[in-house]
Amino acid sequence: MTERERIQKQRTERAKETTQDVSVDATKGDQLKAELDDLLDEIDEVLEENAEEFVRNYVQKGGE
Amino acid sequence: MAVEKVVGIETEYGIAGGPDLDPITSSSIIVNAYARQGRTRINWDFHGETPDLDARGLPGLTSFAPVVETHLANTVLTNGARLYVDHAHPEYSSPECRTPREATLYDVAGEEVMRRALTVANESLEPHQAITLYKNNSDGKGNSYGTHENYLLSRSTDFAHVIRAMVPHFVSRQVVLGAGKVGAETEHGMESRPFFQLSQRAEFFEEIVGLETTLKRPIINTRDEPHSDAERFRRLHVIIGDANMSQYATFVKLGSTALLLALLEERGPDVFPSPPRHPVRAVRAYALDTSLEVTELCDDDKQRTAWDLQDELWTLALGFVDSNGGAAVGDPAEVSMILDQWREMLDGVRYDPDSVADRVDWVAKLRIVRGYRDRHELNDDDVKLQAIDLQYHDIRPQRSLAQRVGLRALVDDDQVREAVHNPPRDTRAFFRGQCVARYPDQIAAANWDSVVFDLGDGPLQRVPMMDPLRGTAALTEDLLKVCPTADDLLEALDR
Repeated sequence: MTERERIQKQRTERAKETTQDVSVDATKGDQLKAELDDLLDEIDEVLEENAEEFVRNYVQKGGE
Repeated sequence: MAVEKVVGIETEYGIAGGPDLDPITSSSIIVNAYARQGRTRINWDFHGETPDLDARGLPGLTSFAPVVETHLANTVLTNGARLYVDHAHPEYSSPECRTPREATLYDVAGEEVMRRALTVANESLEPHQAITLYKNNSDGKGNSYGTHENYLLSRSTDFAHVIRAMVPHFVSRQVVLGAGKVGAETEHGMESRPFFQLSQRAEFFEEIVGLETTLKRPIINTRDEPHSDAERFRRLHVIIGDANMSQYATFVKLGSTALLLALLEERGPDVFPSPPRHPVRAVRAYALDTSLEVTELCDDDKQRTAWDLQDELWTLALGFVDSNGGAAVGDPAEVSMILDQWREMLDGVRYDPDSVADRVDWVAKLRIVRGYRDRHELNDDDVKLQAIDLQYHDIRPQRSLAQRVGLRALVDDDQVREAVHNPPRDTRAFFRGQCVARYPDQIAAANWDSVVFDLGDGPLQRVPMMDPLRGTAALTEDLLKVCPTADDLLEALDR
């Protein structure tokens, strides 16, 4: 196993452990939720006013 | 020996609006608006274009050979790129770049070119006629348009080996590189009624290998149009990628693919993992599975998820870099960054998606689509979720959702501003871009492998550039500097 593989394996193992931690780490979870909430507020502000018409009118000819 | 991996990326942008709502008219307005800025009015030269030649050497495999259009707006930029109308879309084809990082920079410069063209175009239109552009690959109604990558290969690389080696990567790389899509739009895709797919493009693929790009799209495209010396080079034209808003995704897409191609040229195809027995079914099934757990039976009778294939390919690339260095792809720092980012994105999508929401487009998009659905208690098929999907790719800063989700930047704004105007220094794009910038009134046309001069007093003179790795700054900058006119340049080249 090369040096990089070894480091990578450790990183992967760490990633697995962190995943389990996340579920009990309320602080990180709250922070992510707060960020997402802010983002969703912003989406409400910039989303095309008439979503239905916008989506319906977006018709492309195939390309390539 | 692996040929140095000259890479490029071309994107057809989705387009809406315009004076008569006709996408061809609107696309022409966009391309002409940019040309009108005075940067360039130089035509594209179609000499040497052979999109109907098949790399397998088998003519007439399909009934619909691609048609080259010659009458639509078509121009060459001072950064060496091509900006033109392709079918019913404005397309930016990046100049040839020497590394994945550089090609990512010129892809981002392409977004800036489109943004500037859009601003100029809309200034001349009534507000209700305003054009909008989207860097995506589908309209959600069954119509797809492409983002294609190009990689330089040696002519001696057997095309059958390319197919054997690269199918596993092309069906599976969407787990980290997919741009994400709400719902489905093809007959077979809609059967599964997915809420969300990893990829914009996956459900449009119908064949393993073929010459087409618009009908019966193949996972491996066989177009044999090297745009260079056909005795020495191939150009692998990859049509199965998504248009990424994430710069890191573009970087890893180009980097991982270039590394695997260099590996193929050094080691041959047998070291690659076995491809799924049914690659078309696999690419679609993998796209439908955001849990990343769906397996496909591979040629060696093992079941593999897309993630498993990527994991094996990454390990293979790592071994290659450890022994070979990967100089065909980039310097050690860049190659190391490709491997590190590819790995982080792989581990992220599997173990902690939030950790890569700043780099993986489908994760970033799914997060807001799901969040918005839950907040407003919407149905999975609510049209607002499709609007979010489209608007993720809107290139206008005031509307773009991709610009709001916190994607990490690989290149900085100053580099992008430079790249909008100036060509890469380490490929023939340098010579093309510099000629367009220095002698705009003496160039009749240009294309990938030549520049055609019109000195006004004789026949047109073509300067061929059959080697993508020549025409670089190192080879031509001093000469260009001492040639104030194209007459001087051609005289010097004759000597």
